[in-house]
Amino acid sequence: MAKMTGAQALVEALKRQQVDIVFGLPGGATLPIYDALYYSEVRHILMRHEQCAAHAADGYARASGRVGVCMATSGPGATNLVTGIANAYMDSSPIVAFTGQVPKAMIGKDAFQEADIIGITTPITKCNYQVKNNSDIPLFVKTAFYVASSGRPGPVLVDLPKDMQVEAAEMDFDSVVKIRGYKLNCEPDPSEVKRAVDLLLQAETPVILVGGGVRISNASSELMALAELLMAPVATTLMGKGSIPEDHPLSLGLAGMHGTISSNRLILKADVLLAVGMRFSDRTTGNVDGFCPEAKIIHVDIDAAEVGKNIRPHTHVVADAKMALQAMYSQIVREYKKKDRSLWMSRVEEFKKQQEEMAKGNGGLSPPQLLTELRKILPVDAIVTTEVGQNQMWAALYLKTYKPRTFITSGGLGTMGFGFPASLGAKVACPEVPVVDIAGDGSFLMTEQDLATSIIEGIPVTVIVLNNSMLGMVAQWQRLFYNRRYSQVELRNVPDFVKLAEAYGVQGIRVDSIDGFAKAVDAAIKSDVTTVIDVPISPEENVFPMVPAGASFKDMIIGDYA
Amino acid sequence: MSGENKLYTISALVEHRPGVLYNISNMFRRRGFNIETISVGAAEQHDIARMTITVNGDERTVEQVVKQLNKLIDVIDVSILDPKSTVTRELALLKVNTQDARVRADVINYTEIFKGHVVDVAHESLVVEITGDSDKIDAFVDLMRSFGIRELARTGITALRRGMSSVKIEGGN
Repeated sequence: MAKMTGAQALVEALKRQQVDIVFGLPGGATLPIYDALYYSEVRHILMRHEQCAAHAADGYARASGRVGVCMATSGPGATNLVTGIANAYMDSSPIVAFTGQVPKAMIGKDAFQEADIIGITTPITKCNYQVKNNSDIPLFVKTAFYVASSGRPGPVLVDLPKDMQVEAAEMDFDSVVKIRGYKLNCEPDPSEVKRAVDLLLQAETPVILVGGGVRISNASSELMALAELLMAPVATTLMGKGSIPEDHPLSLGLAGMHGTISSNRLILKADVLLAVGMRFSDRTTGNVDGFCPEAKIIHVDIDAAEVGKNIRPHTHVVADAKMALQAMYSQIVREYKKKDRSLWMSRVEEFKKQQEEMAKGNGGLSPPQLLTELRKILPVDAIVTTEVGQNQMWAALYLKTYKPRTFITSGGLGTMGFGFPASLGAKVACPEVPVVDIAGDGSFLMTEQDLATSIIEGIPVTVIVLNNSMLGMVAQWQRLFYNRRYSQVELRNVPDFVKLAEAYGVQGIRVDSIDGFAKAVDAAIKSDVTTVIDVPISPEENVFPMVPAGASFKDMIIGDYA
Repeated sequence: MSGENKLYTISALVEHRPGVLYNISNMFRRRGFNIETISVGAAEQHDIARMTITVNGDERTVEQVVKQLNKLIDVIDVSILDPKSTVTRELALLKVNTQDARVRADVINYTEIFKGHVVDVAHESLVVEITGDSDKIDAFVDLMRSFGIRELARTGITALRRGMSSVKIEGGN
C-alpha cells in the first residue's frame, strides 16, 4: 500500500504493466494525469487528433502483440477516440483507452466537455469502467490490461473523473484480478477435437481458411504443420493475411469479395473446410448459401458466440487457435494414412497460376505492378499498413506477405484514415524495420495531420499514395453498378501531396514511372524522416477479382486483366 | 432462419451493480433481439442479481441470445429454462372500476377464485393483486376488462428450476 493521488496511481499502474508508450492528447479533464506523466519515464506521444491516438495504439498492438494504450480528455476528446475503439473491437485488437471525465459531482449535469463515454462505448468495448473510488485505479488498470489481451482480445476503456485523479488515497497494487463472468475457453474439448479430426481424416479436397485468430495466438507454425500434413491449401481472410507465407506452395491468398481466383475457386471445390480463428464475415463469405456448398465446415474459434452466428458449421472447436491446431495435429499424425492428393494439388497450381497472371496488370503505373515492385524492394520483415478502399484490396491481393504481424489493415470496420496513424504505432513498436502505409488520396486526407507527429516525435514511415484523385472504391461501384454515374467521388487533385508533405517538414516526392517509384521507395525506407510518395494512377483502374455484394463466389468477376 | 418461433425463458445470474442492466439491454437492442419481458432482482447472494428474460424466437436465435449474453463479462451464468421443469410466476396489480356494490362484490369474488388479494379500496375502485403463471394472469385480466381496468401493471415473469438442479454460482459466499 502507498498513499498517492489517482493520477500518480494510474501512471504507477501503467509502469507495472510494462507500458512504455502512450499515444494521446491532453485536455482539461486529464491535466492531473499529464502532470503525473511529466515526472514519469513513460513516453507519451502527442498525436494531433484523438482518433489517431487510438489507431496508433491499435497499430502498435497488432505489430507487437502487446496492449496499445491511448488517452484522451473528456467530451470531444473521448468521442474522437470512438472510431478507433470501434475499429479495434471489430478486428479484435487489444487496446486500453483512458479518458478524462468531469468531476464526479458534475456527472449527469451536462457539464462543459461532458460526454457519456461509458454509455457510448458499451457496444464497442469488451468492458469499460468508470472510476468511482480512486483506490480502485490500480485494480481497474490491471483488469483492463488482462481483459484486453486475453481470450478474444479487444478494447477496454477506463473513464477517470477529474476529482478521482486529484484526490489521494492508499493504493494497493497487489490485488488480484478476479472476474467470475469472464469465460476464456482456451483449452479445446477433446470430443470437439475428435469430431473435427474425423472429418479431416476423410477429406479428399480439404481447404483451410484462416483469420486473425491464428496471428493473435501466434499459431502460424502449427497452421503450416497441419496444412502440410493434410496437403490442404490455405486461404486467408484479410485479418489472416500473413499467417502463412504467401510464397508457400499451399498458400492461396485472400478469400472473399476481393479474394484471389485460387482462394475463391478452391473454396467452392472443398469437401471439408477447416475455418480457424475467423468469423465468416460477409466480406469473406459473400452470399452465405453459395459459400462452399459442397463442404463440411469445421469452425475453430475462441469466441463461442461466433459459432453459428453467420454460418452454421457441421462441427466446431471452441478454443484458442494454437491449442486447437496442436490438438488436431497430434491426433491426425497418429491416424493419418497418406492420401494421393496429386489431382487436388494440380488444381491448386492451376488456379494459382491464373491468379499470378493478374499481377502483371495493364501496364503503365498499374497498382498490381507497383505492389509487385514494392515487394521486391521491401525486406521480408517490413511492416505494411493500408488505408481502406482500392488501395487496401490491391495491397491485399498483390503485395505478398511473408510473416505474421507484417500486414496491418482495418478489416471489420473498414476505417479510412486508419493506415497512417497505425503505421506510426507499428513503427514505434518495431523501430528497426521499415514501415510503409499504402494509402489512397481520399483515406490519407482523413488523418494526414499526424505527419506533424511523425516529424516532431521522430517516427519515420513511408506513405505511398496511390493517387487516382477519386474515392476510388466508391467510384468502382458506381462504374460497375451505377452506369458510371460518378456521384461525389471526384477529389480533383487537391491537395498537392508533395507540397503538403513539405509543409509539415517531411519529404514529398511525385513519381511517374516504375523505376522512379522503386528509387523513391528505396530512399524512403532508408531515410530517418517520413516520406510521402505521390503516385498518380488512372482513375479508371478497378480492383479485380470481385464478387459483387450479395453474390456468391461462383459469380466472381475476373475483370480486365484475364 | 430455422424452426418455429416460440417463447423461451432465459435465466441469467449477473453482477449486481449499476450499468449491468444497460449493458444487457443494449446487447439485445444492437443485435436485434426482442425482449418480451424482463425482471431483475436480488439473487441468493447479495452481490448477484437474477434476471429472468423471455424472448420470442426460433431455436437458432435463442441460442445466439444465450451465447451473446454469456460473452458479456457482467453475466456470470446463463441458461434456457425448460418449461417442464420450471416454476414461473408473474405478479400483476389491477385498478378496477367498481361503480356499485354489485360490481364490487363480483370483483372481490373473482379475485378470491383466482387466489388474489384486494390490496386497496377506494369509493369507485379496487386495487387487486394477483400472481401466477402468465396464462392465469391473462385470463384474470380478460375477466376484469368487462368491469373496466383503470390501470394495469405486470412485472413480467420470474422463474426458477424445480427440484435440486439449479442455475447457481459454484462456491458462492
